[in-house]
Amino acid sequence: MTAPTEAPRQIVIVGASLAGLSAAHALRDVGYGGRIILIGDEHESPYDRPPLSKQVLRGLYGADTSLPQRADLDATFRLGVSALELDTLAHRIYLSDGTQIVYDRLLIATGTRARPWPNGAEAASSNVYTLRGHADAEHLARGLAWKPRRVLIIGGGFIGCEIASCCRDLGLDVTLAVRGALPLAHALGSVTAAFMRDVIRDCGVDLRLETEVARFQADADSRVVAAILRTGQRIEADCVVAALGALRNTEWLAGAGLAVSPKGVRVDAHCRVLSTTRAVVPDVFAAGDIAHWPSAIYGGRHLAVEHWGNAVAQAETAARNMAAGEAGLVSYDHLPDFWSQQFGLNIKLVGLPAGADQFAVVQGSLRDRRFIGVYGAQGRTVAAVSVDSARWLPAYRAAVTEGAPFPPIVGALDQADIRPRPLAQAVP
Amino acid sequence: MKVVVDLNRCQAYAQCIYAAPDHFALHGAEALVYDTAPDEAARAEIERAVQACPVRAITATSDVPVPMPQKAGDR
Repeated sequence: MTAPTEAPRQIVIVGASLAGLSAAHALRDVGYGGRIILIGDEHESPYDRPPLSKQVLRGLYGADTSLPQRADLDATFRLGVSALELDTLAHRIYLSDGTQIVYDRLLIATGTRARPWPNGAEAASSNVYTLRGHADAEHLARGLAWKPRRVLIIGGGFIGCEIASCCRDLGLDVTLAVRGALPLAHALGSVTAAFMRDVIRDCGVDLRLETEVARFQADADSRVVAAILRTGQRIEADCVVAALGALRNTEWLAGAGLAVSPKGVRVDAHCRVLSTTRAVVPDVFAAGDIAHWPSAIYGGRHLAVEHWGNAVAQAETAARNMAAGEAGLVSYDHLPDFWSQQFGLNIKLVGLPAGADQFAVVQGSLRDRRFIGVYGAQGRTVAAVSVDSARWLPAYRAAVTEGAPFPPIVGALDQADIRPRPLAQAVP
Repeated sequence: MKVVVDLNRCQAYAQCIYAAPDHFALHGAEALVYDTAPDEAARAEIERAVQACPVRAITATSDVPVPMPQKAGDR
């Protein structure tokens, strides 16, 4: 395939959430003056998702989390419309309203959706919820406002834990069923995950570890009244949230000849999508949760993350490259970072603990519930976590980016003795 | 108005809370919660919060179209 030579006049962005809107803003920032069309399957204007599971469920402030838009954005929004099919040869997208749209450049930013409870009939019960979008949050908030006698949350990831935290803030009894030995273990590793286990229990959550829900029991109105565990044990609950992670919205790309997997759409270092033969498709880009991208910081390893910061930064690079010609392409790299708020704690992580075999607290202490911890893999610093210590994190961020020897920064002011310890098992 | 805070950047200096106490708050020591859609009447406070943030984590826009500033040559 040849590289596009003419300057684009119509850029289509499929996915009107954080990445899509950030790309539109960035296109204007770099002086692109042509048409921008955003296609989104939800009816609302682009909105921010992190507050949904942290404050909207608690009823703090309002439920409107629409993202700021610059006054001179001059973009056309096609909302409530989804893309059904992509034809990269004809530069054409087929939409759910029966229309088609052509592009000079395309940004794929369709993100993810909540993984549903696997039993479809049970998932359809009126008191079984998932949380991903704005409508989900309002639906669940209404369910919680009915003061359920017990909320059962299935899944020990960030969303599950944040919902459990909101439920406790609302004074609700909550059971959190986690399949693994610790909550948040995949993201945080065993030491921090064990710390969070204690925090979660101290906040009054009935945390059940190594627990799998087999099925639900419903009443005559098909409302769930209890969950039956694999062990046969029964947990009464009149509100169930399936927090089972996310699935990438790639179905509309089937048949487009692109390198698509459950981890998303494979892109090159310039955010350009690759074909099934790993050739660059020069006028199609991807950014955000849907992009499966090579990270120079991690030695070219392909990463697939569901992070706010990555969605913004990657969209900006993709936008620059969409507007630029072949000669003006810039490479994308980004140190993964995210935050969570739960049980009154601010948890931030930079880098990827995957593969880490050591962990050390380098500021504060677990006992004080204020600390910075760093993760080492084969003697290098690969990630850092902060619990209520955000001001210290930038220094460690630099150490992670450099892959500094582990542990980094020794003998600093206010620093306790650093005693690295092996992680119970390497972070998967 | 529409407000978004980049909480990767936020370091809980809490200056926004002093500037606009009805629209920003800490949950615990460091977890910032905030009004994502404050009323237009709060514009001055919100803009003070944007300016006061030492790490420039807050973005806010008005829902009321702002007249474009005149170009120097038009005067």
